[in-house]
Amino acid sequence: MKLKPVLMAVAVLASLPALAQSTLTVVNFGGANGAAQKKAYFEPYEKSTGGKITAVEYNGEQAKIKAMVEAKKVTWDVVEVESPDLSRGCDEGLFEKMDWAKVGNKADFQKAAVHECGVGTFVWSTVMAYDGDKLKTAPTTWADFWDTKKFPGKRGMRKGARYNLEFALMADGVKPADVYKVLATKDGAERAFKKLTELKPNIQWWEAGAQPPQFLVAGDVAMTTAYNGRIDAAQREGKNLKITWTGGIYDLDYWVMPKGTPNKDAALKFIAMASSPDAQAEYAKNISYGPTNNKALTKLDAKVLGMLPTSPANSKDALQFGIAFWADQGEALEKRFSAWAAQ
Amino acid sequence: MSASGTQPTPMATVSAGALPGPSLAQQLHRAERRKKWRALALTLPLLAFLLVFFLVPLASLLVRAVENPEVADTLPRTGQALADWDRVSPPPAAAFAAVLADLSALEETSQAGALARRLNSEVSGARSLVMGTYRALPLGDNLSTDEARARLLEHDARWEELPYWQAIAQNSSRWTPDYLLASLDLKRTPQGDIVKVGPDEAAFSDILLRTFQISAIVTAIALLMGYPLAFWLSTLSERKANMLLILVLLPFWTSVLVRIAAWIVLLQNNGLVNRFLMFLGATDAPIPLLFNRLGVVIAMVHILLPFMILPLYSVMKSVPSNYLRAAVSLGSPPLAAFFRVYLPQTYPGVAAGGLLVFITCIGYYVTPALLGGPADQMLSYYVAQYTNVEVNWGMACALGGVLLTTTLVLYALYRKVSKSELSLG
Repeated sequence: MKLKPVLMAVAVLASLPALAQSTLTVVNFGGANGAAQKKAYFEPYEKSTGGKITAVEYNGEQAKIKAMVEAKKVTWDVVEVESPDLSRGCDEGLFEKMDWAKVGNKADFQKAAVHECGVGTFVWSTVMAYDGDKLKTAPTTWADFWDTKKFPGKRGMRKGARYNLEFALMADGVKPADVYKVLATKDGAERAFKKLTELKPNIQWWEAGAQPPQFLVAGDVAMTTAYNGRIDAAQREGKNLKITWTGGIYDLDYWVMPKGTPNKDAALKFIAMASSPDAQAEYAKNISYGPTNNKALTKLDAKVLGMLPTSPANSKDALQFGIAFWADQGEALEKRFSAWAAQ
Repeated sequence: MSASGTQPTPMATVSAGALPGPSLAQQLHRAERRKKWRALALTLPLLAFLLVFFLVPLASLLVRAVENPEVADTLPRTGQALADWDRVSPPPAAAFAAVLADLSALEETSQAGALARRLNSEVSGARSLVMGTYRALPLGDNLSTDEARARLLEHDARWEELPYWQAIAQNSSRWTPDYLLASLDLKRTPQGDIVKVGPDEAAFSDILLRTFQISAIVTAIALLMGYPLAFWLSTLSERKANMLLILVLLPFWTSVLVRIAAWIVLLQNNGLVNRFLMFLGATDAPIPLLFNRLGVVIAMVHILLPFMILPLYSVMKSVPSNYLRAAVSLGSPPLAAFFRVYLPQTYPGVAAGGLLVFITCIGYYVTPALLGGPADQMLSYYVAQYTNVEVNWGMACALGGVLLTTTLVLYALYRKVSKSELSLG
């Protein structure tokens, strides 16, 4: 029954082909990130090419792209997707193959940013965050996050299995490098859920990325997991929120082109522009997500660099998100999480 | 939607005693038929609308819940090779060769992707197994069956594991009961028996039960709050009643999201409600009102209250007040008169309001998603999860089918119990 609005939306969008021809539709996750993209990518693109960009927000629902591609009425030209959706969508033929010759030199980019269907656009991290005014001693590890005696109060965590199982294992003493090896075994998954159960009475779940900083500011939780850019945005508003980078999980978001987009050339031009060192450096100044084009790093000062998940100090004890692991195990683990949450 | 117009009209009786031609009865019959067609033609736009936007999507949803084309389309040879396999001993070498042949014959990557997704929702790990093998093709030319088996195992030793083969064998038919079984926490064993899934995976029966629980609680509270209000409204003068009805309807016209956001502001730890309670000294620490069952129920009652009040009010307006007065004047105590004379006359309103609220509740999605914890999510949340996040539309459709079936069963039950002709359109 949930499909109906999607199909209807597609039908409505499909009836506006003239609009789709003259402008480029770029889809992102909105929020602080969307604002930074507008400033660093959309406005310069409009100025330099004279074309128009229609920015659309979504929540990462691949169902919308799938419905468009299957109906052969593609109205989204460039879409920002998360890494598991990139590999899954690429396998299932939802995206155009990336024409790297038109985007840039592969060698300039971080290894993970180069994909046959997409170009990595920024590096972000899921980290531990707390309010510097309320916690006198800083928590330094995930074991601290689990220690409700030493740090009383609730803990904010994302509603779902992803990230939380990794954090639970790290809190249980597993080294970041071994997390996915352990989690892939039956005992490892058992161990992660058991550790989560310890903390369960103290967890306040969040759903949207904007919620964790709100929880912290409102004093609802003592610590929370959060996307580092959202904490950065709150800091820019003058809140004394702090990040513990140890054991953070970093990941990339990618630009893709849904298969069958009528504006492929313009889309490629946009992606190339948005992947250039200048544009990426400007983006990183507006939100603390790391550039994927290594040449952008040289254009940033030490203060900005120190806030990025990609800086050496911040990435030292971090874990790269296991795309392959979650592509295989995601559905089963998420279902198990639902069963676990209900108990 | 019954076609009206079965009475004969004076028009048809005009004429034609001696004239040759159709008899009077025939003429009558024809005129009647014309009227019927005209009436039908008037309903056509509505019928077409219902067909296109209601029945067709519903039917395709139900079809998707049992459709299983991925394996049958992509691995036809493998399905044949596994037809006689007992599903417990190692699969025949011919099956390995068939997998290689089938994968090599795929025209597009997207077919392999669809296969990988389908198998992975049965056995975790199948995605990387299938895609890894597909990307590594060709593994060699003109291989014998034994060579094919050796090459596959050499490429990925997981091809030796039985669960992957069992999943392929089980899904090589074009239709499957698996999604529907899974939505009831059942599964088929490799041998074809239907068993309950383990406690780690059993989620949906709890979720369905929880969906009914929340809906029942919300309906009961809405009835308890709505009934006195509707009663009071029905006793007021038309003018006053209309004024107050606008107050009931005002929130009804506000976006649900706005109302939910308002509840978040009110109910949070530093919110108005908690501050007020702490100011009164009723509690020392804030009471958790948000992200739990309580918050969900409060907001849902608020949102659905008009659906209860309006049917109740319309029924109560039609109950003559004389009956109650007559009962009292004949010596009945007021309370007894209310329960024995007034209340039974409002049952149609109670039933209509209750059913409307309950059925709307069952499908609720956004309120629990925003105001509830993971243990307060209702069935629609998982429909959305499987549609948008897992992109497993078969599972989403099966859950939708379960929701639809339970709603229809409830409605049928209600019709049987109430015996009234009240229709919700």
